[in-house]
Amino acid sequence: MLLVWPIAIPLFTAILCLLAFRSFEAQRVLNLAGSLALLAASVVLVARVLDEGPIAAQMGSWPAPFGITLVADILSAAMVLITGIIAVACAIYGLAEVSRTDERSGHHALTQALLGGVCGAFVTGDIFNMYVWFEVMLIASFGLLVVSGGKAALDGAVKYVGLNLIATLAFLAGVGLLYGASGTLNMADLHLTLQGRHDETAVYAAAALLMFAFGTKAAMFPAFFWLPAAYHTPSVTTSALFSALLTKVGVYALIRVFTLVFDTTEPAIQNTLLYGAALTMVVGVLGAAAQMHVRRILSFHIISQIGYMILGLAIYTPLGLVGAIFYLFHHIIVKANLFLIAGVIRKSTGSEDLYVIGGLWKRKPWLGVLFLIPALSLAGIPPLSGFWAKLLIIIASLEEERYFIAFVAVAVGLLTVFSMIKIWMEAFWKAHPAGDDAAATPAPALLYIPIISLAAMTVFIGLYAAPFVDAALESADQVLNPQAYIAAVTAASEAAAEALDLGPQEAIPTLVEPIEAPTVPEEQLNGLEAEGEAE
Amino acid sequence: MEIMLAALVGILVAAGAYLMMSGKLLPYLFGLVLLSNAANLVLFASGRLTYAEPPLVPVGEYAPVGEVSNALPQALILTAIVIGFGLLSFALSLVFRAYFELKTTRMDEMREAEPLPKVEKAKARPVAGPEGSV
Amino acid sequence: MNSVILSTATRFLTPLILIISIFVLLRGHNEPGGGFIGGLLGAIAFALIEKARGVAEARRAMRFDPLSIAGFGLACCLFGGLWGAAVYGDFLRGVWPLYDEYGLPVGSILLFDIGVYLAVVGTVCAILFSLEDAGHDVAGRED
Repeated sequence: MLLVWPIAIPLFTAILCLLAFRSFEAQRVLNLAGSLALLAASVVLVARVLDEGPIAAQMGSWPAPFGITLVADILSAAMVLITGIIAVACAIYGLAEVSRTDERSGHHALTQALLGGVCGAFVTGDIFNMYVWFEVMLIASFGLLVVSGGKAALDGAVKYVGLNLIATLAFLAGVGLLYGASGTLNMADLHLTLQGRHDETAVYAAAALLMFAFGTKAAMFPAFFWLPAAYHTPSVTTSALFSALLTKVGVYALIRVFTLVFDTTEPAIQNTLLYGAALTMVVGVLGAAAQMHVRRILSFHIISQIGYMILGLAIYTPLGLVGAIFYLFHHIIVKANLFLIAGVIRKSTGSEDLYVIGGLWKRKPWLGVLFLIPALSLAGIPPLSGFWAKLLIIIASLEEERYFIAFVAVAVGLLTVFSMIKIWMEAFWKAHPAGDDAAATPAPALLYIPIISLAAMTVFIGLYAAPFVDAALESADQVLNPQAYIAAVTAASEAAAEALDLGPQEAIPTLVEPIEAPTVPEEQLNGLEAEGEAE
Repeated sequence: MEIMLAALVGILVAAGAYLMMSGKLLPYLFGLVLLSNAANLVLFASGRLTYAEPPLVPVGEYAPVGEVSNALPQALILTAIVIGFGLLSFALSLVFRAYFELKTTRMDEMREAEPLPKVEKAKARPVAGPEGSV
Repeated sequence: MNSVILSTATRFLTPLILIISIFVLLRGHNEPGGGFIGGLLGAIAFALIEKARGVAEARRAMRFDPLSIAGFGLACCLFGGLWGAAVYGDFLRGVWPLYDEYGLPVGSILLFDIGVYLAVVGTVCAILFSLEDAGHDVAGRED
């Protein structure tokens, strides 16, 4: 049951928000309470997983591979935890920031539905189920983008929806090919079934489609255009939530699927990921350098940071994955924080356009300090968390003798400093074009609570990095050697089969035997590959 | 039969891609519909095509009797159709709204969220107002 | 639309379609049918009213806000799942409290299916009505 709570709590809260659509106060309270409950449930889940190793459960007691498996190892549990943290931060921030128009159109219900989809994608152990959670997340994010109904929001949403739907369809087709090749959709079972079959055409085709699908969700080069088009258009709360969670679900799916299901040591897969990651970093950081709008700069930086995480996966050594996982957490905290600060800048000066604002350092020095902490952390300045994240990835690539990639990673870090300094110079340091008093509009104190908390987390992770790196180390070990993960699924499946007590003639298939489609003669089983070769 | 389905998927994807490259929103949407049907057909073919019976369990039995078709891809397709239906109807209403707000369905003319640099500079000079409309 | 034939036919077609939709919903227990198909049929009944007599009339015929109906349906689904969790400790596990004694196939699965039915009716009607509203808004502004 522990695994169901991270999904059930947000969805239940979303339903309550829908039913309480007449009262904005009730919805705000529900949103905050639901987020706090999600945080509590995720803390329990993390404690349990750190204590006992991966845990799994079968939905409705249907044994795997037919029933849906929910499974959490350290990576999944920690992702759920960070989702809870961001949910609470955004709920508090939203109390003072989200407009009435947004609330009337269902901001709170959609936010909770989004959280439910995100958590579902993190804990599911079934690839088709992951598709379903992606869709829940996607449709909620569509809604959140357009609730304000402004022209820019609609324009951004059209591009966001159009490009994400292509990724969704690629995901679906990839899942279809994978099922055709293996006869199963359970990821633990897929790992066993596909052992030694990684050079088959159907498996390659499925890998390509899924990499495109997850890559698009993660805003990887060249399929990132939906992100800078849309992320700066909704309310700041929604922007922060998107920047923290949506692309990271794509990265999580890449890490999960390209360690558990596919073999990333295949040169075609590894090189695509590696050079895709390098190009993602470079293109993202150059895109940011060209912008003069705070949230648009930050949006492009999401892309370049995604490159680091995918790079960690593509290097495919234990240290590389440690770096990727550590980066994932550091990035979620820091990036959400920067978006929240962008909101305060907007409130204080009336704009996010760097040409027309300035003078914040004189009027609000503390905001400047609060901005510098995540900004320098993002750029990788010691002793903040971003330094350790970048260090791990660069060491991992040096160990693998990928010197050029390591050079790119360092250079992109420097360019990140340039963009952060640009925001600092233009928004804080230079005088406001309309006199410094124009920068002094007070912002509600409520906005500062999540900002200060997240900044404290960045500093804390930076100064006491060891326990976090240890957890990332263990998590990377679980990801690279999924025996414990598979054992948890098998145990849950056997327990479910026992509990369900099917009729005596029903033989329960075990995980280790590849499951065949019931009526298909042997010679047809490889039909899909045969077609691929015939072409 | 699978080869015919594969060819059909190919034709659908090609037609869908052609429509999507028209640069207008409505053909783009129709292209997405075709792609979505192609993806569903891939799922369908992945269960293999047989002449077997529908997979229904007779009264008093625990499992289907005799040769039946594979039920799982059908369940997956049903799910995918439901989701696709929801997404596409949302996309249609979004396009509809976008057309009346932005007065165009040509993607090249939709620069509201990402204005061209020239427009941005022109916008930068007058200080007042958070988002001046162009 | 202003058609006497359509609005007269709607008067007896709507209840007929609604009854068929509930029949399909209940038939789904062991045969083709179920909440989704039944829900689509139910939505057709309201779509018919909307086409024949306008959105306002269709909203009145639904009595509740379509999104509230969808929310209620989702709540039914969630409780259908949690029922199994409460009795057996497994989320979504089927519970049949009346089956052994009375032979009635009524339980958590039916609750789940009814939830799907309501969610589909609510969502489809909400999308349909808002599309129609948007059209009228815009048409009004254009004139």
